[in-house]
Amino acid sequence: MTQPAIKVEGLWKEYVVGSAQRTHSTFYDLLSHSLKAPFQRLRNLGGATDDVNQFWALKDVSFEVQPGEVLGVIGRNGAGKSTLLKILSRITSPSRGRVTVQGRMASLLEVGTGFHPELSGRENIFLNATILGMTQKEVARKFDAIVDFSGVEKFLDTPVKRYSSGMYVRLAFAVAAHVEADILLVDEVLAVGDAEFQKRCMGMMSDVARGGRTVLFVSHNLTALRNLCTTGLLLQGGQTNGFGKIGDVLNRYVSNRTNGVDGSIELLDNNPDQPACVRRITVMPTGKDAETPLTVSADFSIKIQVDIREADREISVFLHCHDENQNRVFSTGSFFNQQLQGLKLAAGLHEFECRVPGNLLNNGEYSLDVMLVRDRTEVIVTESAIVSFRIHDEPLGIEGWNWPAVGIIRPNLSWIHNG
Amino acid sequence: MKSDLQEEFFGHKHTTVIEPPKGWHMLNWPELWAYRELLWVLTSRDIKVRYKQTVLGAAWAILRPVLTMVIFSVVFGSLAKMPSDGFPYPVFVYAALLPWTFFATAISTSGQSLVGSTNLVSKVYFPRLIIPLSSIGAGLVDLAISTGILLLMMLWYGVGWSVNLLAAPVLLLAVIFIALGVGTLLSALTVAYRDFTHLTPFVVQIWMYVTPVIFPVSLVPERWQWLLYLNPMTGLIEGFRSAFLGKAFDMQGLGISFLMAVVIFVIGITYFEKVERRFADII
Repeated sequence: MTQPAIKVEGLWKEYVVGSAQRTHSTFYDLLSHSLKAPFQRLRNLGGATDDVNQFWALKDVSFEVQPGEVLGVIGRNGAGKSTLLKILSRITSPSRGRVTVQGRMASLLEVGTGFHPELSGRENIFLNATILGMTQKEVARKFDAIVDFSGVEKFLDTPVKRYSSGMYVRLAFAVAAHVEADILLVDEVLAVGDAEFQKRCMGMMSDVARGGRTVLFVSHNLTALRNLCTTGLLLQGGQTNGFGKIGDVLNRYVSNRTNGVDGSIELLDNNPDQPACVRRITVMPTGKDAETPLTVSADFSIKIQVDIREADREISVFLHCHDENQNRVFSTGSFFNQQLQGLKLAAGLHEFECRVPGNLLNNGEYSLDVMLVRDRTEVIVTESAIVSFRIHDEPLGIEGWNWPAVGIIRPNLSWIHNG
Repeated sequence: MKSDLQEEFFGHKHTTVIEPPKGWHMLNWPELWAYRELLWVLTSRDIKVRYKQTVLGAAWAILRPVLTMVIFSVVFGSLAKMPSDGFPYPVFVYAALLPWTFFATAISTSGQSLVGSTNLVSKVYFPRLIIPLSSIGAGLVDLAISTGILLLMMLWYGVGWSVNLLAAPVLLLAVIFIALGVGTLLSALTVAYRDFTHLTPFVVQIWMYVTPVIFPVSLVPERWQWLLYLNPMTGLIEGFRSAFLGKAFDMQGLGISFLMAVVIFVIGITYFEKVERRFADII
């Protein structure tokens, strides 16, 4: 009987929401609160918590990961994925519960942790590898392999501040890829870099996954999760909402978030530190009310309500649309409209609308990933498969023809007889 | 023995148990020892980075204390005619500036070290004590350099080297203990209250004036001298002077300082350990 590699028993994590978010109704309130605040902060630091401002990021999460298993952790933003990862990698401690980990553990929560811009590539390899838990001997042994993998050998003695961002990420990733551990905790470090680099990361991830190591993988990329993982854990509001075969859990995740036909969802504001967040997504026929079902021939609109906190930055919305088989049907961004390029938004609520013409998509169920992008380069929020909607069939109405129109798209094409 | 410990913490058979923190607990020395390579790597990073992209480079390590000494000698020695127990004032002030500069740098850099390493604290696990420790370690290199200068200066001014010099390492150890205690305490407090970022320079400055760095203890009327010894650095600075200038040691003063050094060290480390596991949540 082998012991599980990771055993999580009744894990709870409480965060105390900062008192800065309190609103003060009167000046006296403000005054008395600011006088009390330092003492409250002192108590919080010591471990005492004020039950008014508490927030449970994890509520009674339990699961086991067997050696060699690759567990994908899925859930919306704010579901507790990062908190779970932080507890497992011992960065923060749980409020209740217990985790037992068998074997050597390494956590890759970002690439290039501790890289110092003034130091050379060579020095940074040693620095970063040691921070990730390698001994000096191991780094020396693997040094050549790391340099090889990164492809920056010409610049090994150049300070990394002179590196291009691609080189920097490659070097950082090369170090991470050579960490020797039985258990790897991987966050969405793979979401950085260009497509080429991401492919390389995925290749490395699947090598790791097949190499018999235990991996806990947090990602928004459903395709990657489906390909890499054997088991899935679905978190929702800090609780376990599904645990089992990755396929089952992914299906549950996708179907969980559908609101049926009207395809609308309201999001809670779970991360006040972010410069912007998505508050509501509605998919509805253009110019009609949200109750009207979508049909193949009708134009429809995707409305995204965004809450901007960091004013005067260019924040754009980007969409991926997938069909039931996880095929990407289209991608589009608000900055595809030239007039919206460089649009700086004031703080507060804003609505973006994407109009999709009728006679484009076939009938069926679709899901949307919604991303917020800052300055057209940096993805700041990713809500994957956040909302799904159904496009209803319309009979073609052709006498004697009763077959469905098969295909990913269903354009209304013209036919002519040319003689 | 060495490899056993590393095997225990980094080996494939290591079992990690993660539980909520329970009250006060003592420092996990074996774990800290197992992470000594990280301490070394971070310390050498601080040393390497310190004088990067400066024209004078490591010469700053010599220039800074020498310039301070020259200014102090002119202002306090020549202009203010500060007594120096019969020794040349430059040597007299430099013998005290040496441990004091180390101490002052150590507590200010280690106080800021945790908030300056947010990216490490929030992304990877290791005993957090490594961070303030490594920032104090980097100061030791500067101390070694300025000690070399002092030894040369003593030859120049005709102050001979005595056997008392052998006591310097022990005195330094006590200074390190106090610096560690105060530094870890400040670093932990700064995580929660950035107020300490602004407060620390003041404390360091005032602390220097209540420590006999620019003046001898004998300047203070005898019946008030006990007040000076409430400051743990007093005995040690005087001790350094005795070590370098070949004076007799004030054993009582040293005893008090050593005792306080241990107490401060224990308080600092204990508080640090108590709040260590919450750093990532509040930093």
